[in-house]
Amino acid sequence: MKVQYYPGCSLHGTAKEYDQSVKAVSRALGIELKEVEDWSCCGATSAHATNFKLSVALPARNLAAAEKSDLKDVMVPCAACFNRFKSAQHHLAGDAALKTEVEKILGRKVEGTVSVRNPIDIFCKDIGLDTLEGKVTRKLTGLKPVSYYGCLLLRPPEVCQFDDYENPVLLDKLLGAMGADVRPWSYKTDCCGGSLTISRTDIVIKMVDKLVAMAREAGANCVVTACPVCMANLDMRASENVRLPVFYFTELVALAMGLQGPASWFKLHNVDPTPLVSGLGLL
Amino acid sequence: MVKSFGCWPLTEDCETNGEDMKTFLDEVNEKIHGVPIQRCYHCRKCTAGCPLASVMEYNPNKIIKMIQLGMKEKVLGSSTIWLCASCETCITRCPNEVDIARMMDALREMAIVSGVGAREKNVLHFHEAFLANIRSNGRINETMMTVNYKLKSGDLFSDAAMGISMFMKGKLALISPKTKDIQSVRGIFDKTKNA
Repeated sequence: MKVQYYPGCSLHGTAKEYDQSVKAVSRALGIELKEVEDWSCCGATSAHATNFKLSVALPARNLAAAEKSDLKDVMVPCAACFNRFKSAQHHLAGDAALKTEVEKILGRKVEGTVSVRNPIDIFCKDIGLDTLEGKVTRKLTGLKPVSYYGCLLLRPPEVCQFDDYENPVLLDKLLGAMGADVRPWSYKTDCCGGSLTISRTDIVIKMVDKLVAMAREAGANCVVTACPVCMANLDMRASENVRLPVFYFTELVALAMGLQGPASWFKLHNVDPTPLVSGLGLL
Repeated sequence: MVKSFGCWPLTEDCETNGEDMKTFLDEVNEKIHGVPIQRCYHCRKCTAGCPLASVMEYNPNKIIKMIQLGMKEKVLGSSTIWLCASCETCITRCPNEVDIARMMDALREMAIVSGVGAREKNVLHFHEAFLANIRSNGRINETMMTVNYKLKSGDLFSDAAMGISMFMKGKLALISPKTKDIQSVRGIFDKTKNA
């Protein structure tokens, strides 16, 4: 299959291992990615926290660019970008006056014709768990992850339409298909503190320490995420006495499929996952 | 827009906020453009699930009550509205579908536009640095954005070791690809300016 690809700013910077692993896994699954032409930032939290119209118009510029293509699916790996795109589509569809105004600001139409999709959703639903399982060359035996979905893939549910919003299972199933012993836990959808990590680090440390401590209590030896902000906070802000290796889910899919890349991606993490992965004979 | 019943109870805000007897509650309802805040029956489910409630000056439910009471200055001047991380748990769980997350966005916007500013100054400094970076490049360059934030906040040295480590790993670049049609991005900022 062929889809459009919106990496977003983080995937070209602090989350570059997410970008590289999404691309590696997509290639192995026969998903061709075409980058959205001349994309710009989605505005993230800073736009919607301060200026509603800006928070709709910034993603709308990218949606309009994506609508020019024949490809109707846009893969958006970053949970924050995913949420801003879905929110913009939601507001534009429900408010005709806003749509007119935003189209005037952009100087182009935004029809809402593209489907904004996270790779978890594409891998599980379009490729299918059976196919994914069939591509596994090295089962992730001994890896005990908890799936950490965070906020922005799921809420608000009528906007995101991703998975069960209190107990999502897609990522659990995906990791299970890779042979991992996915641990059930109650903190799948709790917040990591998001962008407060820079301005109120003290609060974010408390939030992530609780998450990681709960992951440990659930018997996990690592945490898996699909969000660059969650990754940054869990990987870099957790206190030394509780911290665990944190992975982008695509890094583990690539590892299970025997693809090139994991060893170099793991070097980019703050908490080095290599001892865990090597200790289990997976690397 | 939902009309409220005059101006009860009388507060200083009510007396001064203007033509056509528009209350603070009216203003907020107008901005969130959805279920009116009056529909809240104070079950406090929003607050029970709020991951930041423990560090907030007033919890989310109290903020709703204060809006209903017309306490504009206290609400806009509170740290609460800047500590909300927009996790959207409140709106997801509210039995009356009051969009508290969007309400927090609206309150922040009102605090900026009305000149009250931000009680949590660094949170706003971060947003300003972030948006300025988009305006200039179309895309975020995390290094330059962080430097700009540090200059604005005066918090120069926290995370320096972490920053150097990330730089050495090639995760923080000084130069990164920009949006080519930067004028279209700047146009969006100019045309949505609200302050």
